[in-house]
Amino acid sequence: MTEPLLQTAAVTLAYDERVVVHELDLVIPQGMVTAVVGANGCGKSTLLRALARLMRPRGGSVLLDGASIATLPSREIAKRLGILPQSPLAPDGLAVEDLVGRGRYPHQTLFRHWSAEDEAAVESALAATGTSELRARPLDELSGGQRQRAWIAMTLAQETEILLLDEPTTFLDLTHQIEVLDLLDDLVDAHGRTVVMVLHDLNQACRYADHIVAMRDGRIHAAGAPGDVVDAALVQDVFGLQARVIDDPVTGTPLCLPTGRRADATNRRRARSTGPDPRPSGAEADRQA
Amino acid sequence: MTRRVTVRTQSISLRLDMRVLGLLGALGVATLLALTLSVGRGDFPIAPLEVLSTLTGAGDEATRFVVLELRLPRALTAVLTGIALGIAGAIFQDLARNPLVSPDIIGISAGASFAAVSLIVLGDTSGVISVPLAALGGAIAAGVALYLLAWRGGVQGYRLVLVGIGVAALLHAGIDYVFTRGQIFQVAEAYVWLVGSLNARGWEHVWPLAGALAVLLPLALALGRQLEVLQLGDDVARALGIGVERARLALLAVAVVLTGIAVSAAGPIAFVAFIAPHIARRICGTVSPSGVLPVAAATGALLVLSADLIGRLAFAPNGVPVGIVTAIIAAPYFLLLLRRANLLGATG
Repeated sequence: MTEPLLQTAAVTLAYDERVVVHELDLVIPQGMVTAVVGANGCGKSTLLRALARLMRPRGGSVLLDGASIATLPSREIAKRLGILPQSPLAPDGLAVEDLVGRGRYPHQTLFRHWSAEDEAAVESALAATGTSELRARPLDELSGGQRQRAWIAMTLAQETEILLLDEPTTFLDLTHQIEVLDLLDDLVDAHGRTVVMVLHDLNQACRYADHIVAMRDGRIHAAGAPGDVVDAALVQDVFGLQARVIDDPVTGTPLCLPTGRRADATNRRRARSTGPDPRPSGAEADRQA
Repeated sequence: MTRRVTVRTQSISLRLDMRVLGLLGALGVATLLALTLSVGRGDFPIAPLEVLSTLTGAGDEATRFVVLELRLPRALTAVLTGIALGIAGAIFQDLARNPLVSPDIIGISAGASFAAVSLIVLGDTSGVISVPLAALGGAIAAGVALYLLAWRGGVQGYRLVLVGIGVAALLHAGIDYVFTRGQIFQVAEAYVWLVGSLNARGWEHVWPLAGALAVLLPLALALGRQLEVLQLGDDVARALGIGVERARLALLAVAVVLTGIAVSAAGPIAFVAFIAPHIARRICGTVSPSGVLPVAAATGALLVLSADLIGRLAFAPNGVPVGIVTAIIAAPYFLLLLRRANLLGATG
């Protein structure tokens, strides 16, 4: 059997004394979208940082083609594995095209920094993310969705087979969230890239991921195809949330509907309103609001 | 875009920003004009054409002496000092992620000043250690102290600024203390040095500067590529394959030594390292170090040279030190910058 492209072997991750991820074994399926989900503080972003060797494991290792990434030269890793952190920094006034061009750094040398391949990679990254016409615009003048697409273009220009993204849809409005996820989907389809992303939204994870890794307290609670692992029990265990899980009418993947207490409240109010009009007058309602 | 031109051969491929090249050309020509003017004007006026012919070997004894021994080394010291300060300021501002930072603010110049002033007031300036050497050593010592104090598993930009302000405050207190201990004539001499002056600068100032710049300038431009990636934050820089701490240390070292050689040649000329990168970013229309560093260097050169020229001519016959003129030039620019920042704050 060939070695998996990217995997962890008993990896333990800690900040100072606080252990966040415990001896975790994980195999990332090649050429697919993997979504890591879990409650806040379960260690999912930390795991992603370790996969990208932004963090040194306390124990165990992260293996790229079977070799520990701690032993590989940074530049070689940078040609194979790209990561987009949650809120990356850029200086004011940096043009989209210049940002995307910087993704080529690992492929360049002092006197070879705009080869035909560099140019082609930047052009195709701009085209794939629909940012070609924004190329001359400063990043700080773009909308949140445009900016995120520009950053994704930067990681695409890096031309790595593996792409790691930390909550790529956070801070985006719904339209742009879907736009970004569709774009990642296309990358896997058209270029056979391997995508691993941390996602906040379980339903988006079910829709867009081929493989879900559900984490709880620094351990893998369940992993597999969304249809196989996501059910009401998992939502209860991982998020501590009562929910019903139904089939998504659009994609057929699991769709999680949190129960909450809202249904009861609606029923109570409906019962009240059928009585001798207990509703507050319009003026009172305004005051209460 | 049309403003970029790509050059490719078998072994090199570069993308040149035409606007940056144009600016470097224009600033270079302006600096040459200012240089000719600076060498020609003074108590002993020499026509521009005569200046040029003297430079190429003609001219009488007296003219040759004034041009080659008095005015030319002074003007060249101004140019080289400006180059060093412009680049150092640009690097510091990017490393600290703060456009208000300069070597004056984070204690590098203060380290040089403290060492130089101590030597002038308390020591023996005729000894083995000269004032320029003391200043360079002081700058480097301050840089090392700054790095060690700011280090906490790496050096973050904001720690560099905060620790730097502390280091600067301490060193300024040290300078004040030294002043209280000295004889009045020594203090006066130290004070003139502290303002930043190009008076009586000769070839002995030009050659060390030129030698150091011949090494540091290409180094700074090469490291500019890493600075470019560091601008995107530590995580992205690491993801792009950069050894972040090593790159930052190298850039810091280059900027500290550039500041050190500049201050040791001309004293801590105020505001040049702060303002030259600002002007460079504005006129380049880019924040990429590959464009900003060389243009900041050229801007710094023109700035120091013209400030010295103004100080000599507008305040003849005695003249005022170049550091006072740069402060007079920089103050309105600083206010303008503040006003722009306020306007931006008000509208968005």
